[in-house]
Amino acid sequence: MSDNPNNWPLWEVFIQSKRGLDHKHVGSLHAADAEMAIENARDVYTRRQEGNSIWVVKAEHIHASRPEDAESFYDPADDKVYRHPTFYTMPEGAKYI
Amino acid sequence: MSMTDVKNLEELFQAKIDAELKIEPKDWMPDAYRRTLVRQISQHAHSEVVGMLPEGNWITRAPSLKRKAILLAKVQDEAGHGLYLYSAVETMGTSREQTIDDLLSGKAKYSSIFNYPTLTWADIGAIGWLVDGAAIMNQVMLCRTSYGPYARAMVRICKEESFHQRQGYEIMAVLAKGSPAQKEMAQDALNRWWWPSLMMFGPTDANSPHSAQSMKWKIKRQSNDELRQTFIDRTVQQAEVIGLTIPDPDLKWNAETKHYDWGTIDWTEFNNVVAGNGPCNKERLAARNKAHNNGAWVREAAVAYAAKKAKRKQAA
Repeated sequence: MSDNPNNWPLWEVFIQSKRGLDHKHVGSLHAADAEMAIENARDVYTRRQEGNSIWVVKAEHIHASRPEDAESFYDPADDKVYRHPTFYTMPEGAKYI
Repeated sequence: MSMTDVKNLEELFQAKIDAELKIEPKDWMPDAYRRTLVRQISQHAHSEVVGMLPEGNWITRAPSLKRKAILLAKVQDEAGHGLYLYSAVETMGTSREQTIDDLLSGKAKYSSIFNYPTLTWADIGAIGWLVDGAAIMNQVMLCRTSYGPYARAMVRICKEESFHQRQGYEIMAVLAKGSPAQKEMAQDALNRWWWPSLMMFGPTDANSPHSAQSMKWKIKRQSNDELRQTFIDRTVQQAEVIGLTIPDPDLKWNAETKHYDWGTIDWTEFNNVVAGNGPCNKERLAARNKAHNNGAWVREAAVAYAAKKAKRKQAA
């Protein structure tokens, strides 16, 4: 990141395509402040009515897991098949279960 | 804001609901809608958290390593469900601390079913099959509730919940096929959990004063009695398949209504447990307070460590 204070910070943009659905990450943009980021996001990311709600978050505030650690980071879930409903044997004829 | 403004806003709000549009956190909403949801979602969250206690009782005594791993995974899920719901409460502007304090002080309620004890291993089967089964009926309906963050939390919970009921029913099926003593244990658990499970759906429609408003706001979409009847219709068949008997002498198929007729709930017992006089109310609240207090140093240490790390990073 540049240290020039006149450079606009980077914002990540999340759009909710319809009431009731989750906001989804759609991309990013530079803007001087949050209000400008929302307006610019509207201009770029909702030109074709892609959504009705926008969240912007300064990119520096997003912390991510490390792809290179993925294997060991997620392996606790590898040997727990019993977390899935298909693991269980249901008696013959039982309905709605 | 003038009274006319509020009236107009309320009309707009109801129009959104009538048009099946979800209400999102930044939308204007009537105070009573907010209050109702804060109460309902936080009670729901507390139920997930307190619900870990009766089952946690059997983790160290599960009959096999397999059953132990499954039960541990289920209890972990309940903690996660509590988290999703507490987060939904926070979107309404109530702090997490306040919500948890209300549970610990006894001000907030949680589902009365968790004030019953787990006396045998079969109770773990009965809880998964009946208690989770009853909860699922309610939760499937809530996937379509009008408040967006609550509905989204419920979708996630329902997905995870499906293994809970199946593991419980499987435990019951295995016991029912076992030795006479094992079958008797399963039947005894069904006898004790059946009526409290039916109480989980809440008072009868005639005695449920807030139901009409909740239906109008589409917070709920089916009445207590409707959900209870569907649960009974489905569960009777499941009991038959594994050779257990529902403890209700009045239970009888009604060919005309295509539903089971059934006996009467002991509402005096229900009201007593809600009022705090169930078999385990005091024990549950004491256990939650003890866990919260014993965990204080961990929360404080984590904050201190985070501050130390930040300072080190700044210095570097």
